[in-house]
Amino acid sequence: MSDHGPPVIGIVGAGKLGTVLARLALGAGYDVLLASSGPPQRLALIAQFLAPGAETVTAYEAIRRADVVILAIPLSRLPEMPPADLAGKVVVDATNHWLEVDGRRQEILPDAEGTSEYVQRLLPQARVVKAFNHIGYHDLDGAGLPPGDPRRRAVAIASDDHDALDFVAELVDGLGFDPVALGDLRAGRRLEPGTPAFGASLSASDLRAVLGEPVCHPDAA
Amino acid sequence: VTAADDAQEADRAGGMIVDMSTNFRPHDPADQAPSTKDVEPRLSLGLDTFGDLAVGDDGQPISYAEAIRLVVEEAVMADGAGVDAFAVGEHHRPEYSISSPEMVLGGIASRTERIRLGSGVTVLSSDDPVRVFQRFATLDAIARGRAEVILGRGSFTESFPLFGYDLRDYDVLFEEKLDLFVKLLDERPVTWSGTTRAPLEDADVFPKTEAGLRTWVGVGGTPQSVIRTARHGLRLMLAVIGGRPQRFRPYLELYRKACEEFGTTAWPVGLHSPGFVAETDEEAREMYWPGYQSMRNRIGVERGWPPASRQEFEHEIAGGSLYVGSPDTVARKIATTVADLGVARFDLIYTMGPQARSARLRAVELFGTRVAPIVRELVGHRTEVTA
Repeated sequence: MSDHGPPVIGIVGAGKLGTVLARLALGAGYDVLLASSGPPQRLALIAQFLAPGAETVTAYEAIRRADVVILAIPLSRLPEMPPADLAGKVVVDATNHWLEVDGRRQEILPDAEGTSEYVQRLLPQARVVKAFNHIGYHDLDGAGLPPGDPRRRAVAIASDDHDALDFVAELVDGLGFDPVALGDLRAGRRLEPGTPAFGASLSASDLRAVLGEPVCHPDAA
Repeated sequence: VTAADDAQEADRAGGMIVDMSTNFRPHDPADQAPSTKDVEPRLSLGLDTFGDLAVGDDGQPISYAEAIRLVVEEAVMADGAGVDAFAVGEHHRPEYSISSPEMVLGGIASRTERIRLGSGVTVLSSDDPVRVFQRFATLDAIARGRAEVILGRGSFTESFPLFGYDLRDYDVLFEEKLDLFVKLLDERPVTWSGTTRAPLEDADVFPKTEAGLRTWVGVGGTPQSVIRTARHGLRLMLAVIGGRPQRFRPYLELYRKACEEFGTTAWPVGLHSPGFVAETDEEAREMYWPGYQSMRNRIGVERGWPPASRQEFEHEIAGGSLYVGSPDTVARKIATTVADLGVARFDLIYTMGPQARSARLRAVELFGTRVAPIVRELVGHRTEVTA
């Protein structure tokens, strides 16, 4: 990661969530690399209007150049990510299982496994942090506020890597949201669809009340 | 743009001009030659429903058959009250009575004079484009040129197993079928092949329409879908069901720019959102909330959302995408959205779960007689001011 200046943010996926996160990051003064699987010209058009100021690149370039890579692609497409290139990188997993896009969950991962644990399994050497998955993209859009603003919304984060968790906490804050640390990736299951936190666009104290105490599972570390 | 996209574009370039000119209907106010101005000369205001099972005077849900007949009555009321468009959406769920939009619209067509009749949406992915075209061309004949189709991927997936499609083909089904549908719009023999249905060779499809079939694509906010709609030269209908509508402004710019790059027509854009009208704000909210809560929770269980809260409901009404209130409140909110986004059409999805049937009919009447005139006045005024 850069020794000076704000980190470079790479966003893989230029859909609803990817473009919202790109706008937030650009608005907060970060350099943004935006990548998608579609034709480069289409990506350029999307960036021109939905994320003006983002540099459009290939996914490989985003991964290579960014200090933090945000995965905003369908869960079922995560196996396309290159594990070797992501080794040692802070990787933000913003995905959720979504039937329409991904098909049945059981066909992708075991019931007992959290989706971010699955991402960590696919990318064993990446420093995976779960974030931005429980709050709707339309609740994130244009909703970044300065620290201390009473209307500020919270974003829950979870990781097995303490330094990566701190790094992403700073990023969440930089984008205009209060980070709420939930614990490790296993605890991150409490952010998935079907949990009380899923869809929650709340203040930090309200989100903490919904989530309960942070948990780290000794056997998972 | 990939080589395949280029080939597709080149392949269709010859037919595009014909397609668009036949698709042009001078008698429709929203069809004035698309201008670069944000606000069109006249705004179209419409009502949409999925044929939700209303509740009768006895508090019990009405039958599916009654729900369909209620929609027909509401459409007749809308026609008489000056509403510009009426759309019914295809669903295959117990809460909704409409799975065959064109059948309902055919019934409405024979009892109305001027209202435009459309689907919102037709789930093209799990249908046959040839049959969809034929059904809407037939409706267009009965409705004397008032038919339109809004194609979509749909926000539910029940139609996939019902008609024998695999959800894993979600993207390719829509992509290929939309491609074929656009060819059919030329109303000339079609040659097409793909992976999702049998190929066609010089196949001519009947009936022909008198002036082309107005075709929209319903888009929920995926940027790639906006570009696809522009590439095909089709109209864009934004489905906005939550959050600040103003956040969609860049999508309209994206649509226009993409049309420019593809050399297709940038049609006036439409938008639809849910809401309800009653005499007072309070009455509207109290009538809408139980249905909202019920539907939101039913769907929420499937999508993994927590139960609906009254706070979230009020929040959406205040600054989001629920147009619930008195005629004045709803009109002001619609006018603000229309002016801020520069859309030429706004449709209100006026039904939401088990509502009282009498309140629904009244909402339709209020929308036409009270809401629409205020919106027109406000938007006209604002256009003059900003011009």
